[in-house]
Amino acid sequence: MSAPLLHIEDLTVHFHTDEGIVEAVDGIQLLVPSGEIVGVVGESGSGKSVTALSILRLIRKPGRIIQGTILFDGRNLLDLSEEEMRPLRGSHISMIFQSPRTSLNPVLSAGWQIERLIRLHKKEKAKGAREQTVQMIRQVGIPSPERIYHEYPHQLSGGMCQRIMIAMALATNPKLLIADEPTTGLDVSIAAQILDLLQEMGRRTGATILLITHDLGVVAGYCDRVAVMHAGQVVESASVKKLFRQPLHPYTMKLIHSVPRVDVDRIMETIPGNVPGLIHPPQGCRFADRCQWVMEICRKTRPPVQTLDGDHLVACYHIGNS
Amino acid sequence: MGEFIEIRDLSKHFPVKDQSASFSALNPFSSRHALLRAVDGVSFFIRKGETLGLVGESGCGKSTVARCLLRLLEPTRGEIFFESKDLTGLKGEGLRLLRKFIQMIFQDPMASLNPRLSVRQVLEEPLRLYERATVQEREGRVLEVLEQVGLDRELLSRFPHELSGGQRQRVNIARAIATRPKFVVLDEPTSALDVSLRAKIVLLLEELKSALSTTYLFISHDLSTVKYLSDRVAVMYLGTIVEIAEAHELFRHPLHPYTRALLSAIPIPDPEVKRDRIILVGEIPSPTRIPRGCRLRGRCPIAKPLCSEEIRLREAGSGHWVACHMPGTS
Repeated sequence: MSAPLLHIEDLTVHFHTDEGIVEAVDGIQLLVPSGEIVGVVGESGSGKSVTALSILRLIRKPGRIIQGTILFDGRNLLDLSEEEMRPLRGSHISMIFQSPRTSLNPVLSAGWQIERLIRLHKKEKAKGAREQTVQMIRQVGIPSPERIYHEYPHQLSGGMCQRIMIAMALATNPKLLIADEPTTGLDVSIAAQILDLLQEMGRRTGATILLITHDLGVVAGYCDRVAVMHAGQVVESASVKKLFRQPLHPYTMKLIHSVPRVDVDRIMETIPGNVPGLIHPPQGCRFADRCQWVMEICRKTRPPVQTLDGDHLVACYHIGNS
Repeated sequence: MGEFIEIRDLSKHFPVKDQSASFSALNPFSSRHALLRAVDGVSFFIRKGETLGLVGESGCGKSTVARCLLRLLEPTRGEIFFESKDLTGLKGEGLRLLRKFIQMIFQDPMASLNPRLSVRQVLEEPLRLYERATVQEREGRVLEVLEQVGLDRELLSRFPHELSGGQRQRVNIARAIATRPKFVVLDEPTSALDVSLRAKIVLLLEELKSALSTTYLFISHDLSTVKYLSDRVAVMYLGTIVEIAEAHELFRHPLHPYTRALLSAIPIPDPEVKRDRIILVGEIPSPTRIPRGCRLRGRCPIAKPLCSEEIRLREAGSGHWVACHMPGTS
């Protein structure tokens, strides 16, 4: 494993709502080695998007980062002032979102949105920026880039818009690209094209990618490492190979067996119970009520993160016992 | 003939403004309209008690087929037989009665529930409309379906916004089965749900089908779920069915290049399974400008000059139909 580009330690994010404090992210640890594709997988409300937004310090009221460190390239992002943070966004760390059509500006042409960014962050002059933009549009696999430069988002298909988003995100040569469910809402064949493109562009530009998804298939196909989130906590993280070959946390095991597969026939299992509410969540393990191996201690204190086999991290009391 | 549901040569065309002719937009008297052929000559049958999966990507016409089947849309052409009765000519009372036997479950569990009706009202509505049941009978039936979908009685007085996503979809399912329909059309019922919820709903649908001995048309773009639930599967592309076969046969021996490409694009949750990806170039053409001959021609990795000739579904093996000039070659 190469040196980490991003190292999150003990990050806690709360949202202060009228109903109470939502403990959306609760003391998570996440390691993103340079040059790899790291997946964050979990169901809705597990805190994966909040984690991503925390890295960019884009948590808005009523949300607040309570504690923790986010080391990016050796600097703690949480110590930076807003003025120091702003130039990092978009140039060193960029992000692509779930719905490309709504993330693009509808009144600016696709090309201009990219060019603007190149001018701002790379301090390029008009001519050079224009050339780089067209080059970038070509690189993300769009035919006739000169024509597409002048098109507006509503004239492009969902897949095309996502390609423009990727071009935009990578135009400034960021070190870290955060992709938050980049293929949700796209058709399977288009989704596969977009993920192939992300992987290829990551390799070509050397960008490290944090890929947030709910789809274990995407993790298996594209990621090097993966962190599994449940109810605001990272319950397990490992290399993709280890996680699928030998999942250790009961939630991970259940998750892997609850997805139907096209390649093999098998019985589909379900995960009992529901994700616990995050206002006054259970004080011990947040999976305790859904777990078949639950012990007394699980309901009392939160299981500490154990490291096994070098880089396989898991937070479960059952592991030490068996 | 004599199949439970039979659809013959169904087409649904929509007149739309031709976007390529930009000048016509400026001229209100211009008559430049294009024809969007959403469904174009689709035929298939469903046997009693079986689940037919209908898969394809957005815009392929699968939801339009479903809406025509329920007569929520008027088909442009074609016939729809339900227990040997043609539904296309039905009006008034006949149409009303039809909906007692044919029900539909929609994709978005929130959007398909009236926000101002409580769960009890939602479930009573189909009983009021289609069955002249007494108050007691209605009450009994509401409690019965509620139990069948695994919901608690306490929820009866709640409104949709007070329910979780999974509960909402269960209410939708309960509403659809309240009149004990013979046939249920499921239009992407699990697409808006999370992994663990999806598994629960899929198992519930499977269980209900045998409990109610009903028949399903299961529409989805999620091939893994379709494989799990269906007996036979039809694959649609650009308004037509390109392949139809028994589910296990289709997934093991896909013959149409489109089916193969679609299957190869699905991510498999196992990093050690390596597959060859079949890449279709470009994107789906607009249904206003459908290519002549085989519709996949422009994107197909094995296209030959022959492919510009018309192609219809042909039987390639027992019960395995495919619309390709060179089925099974790669």
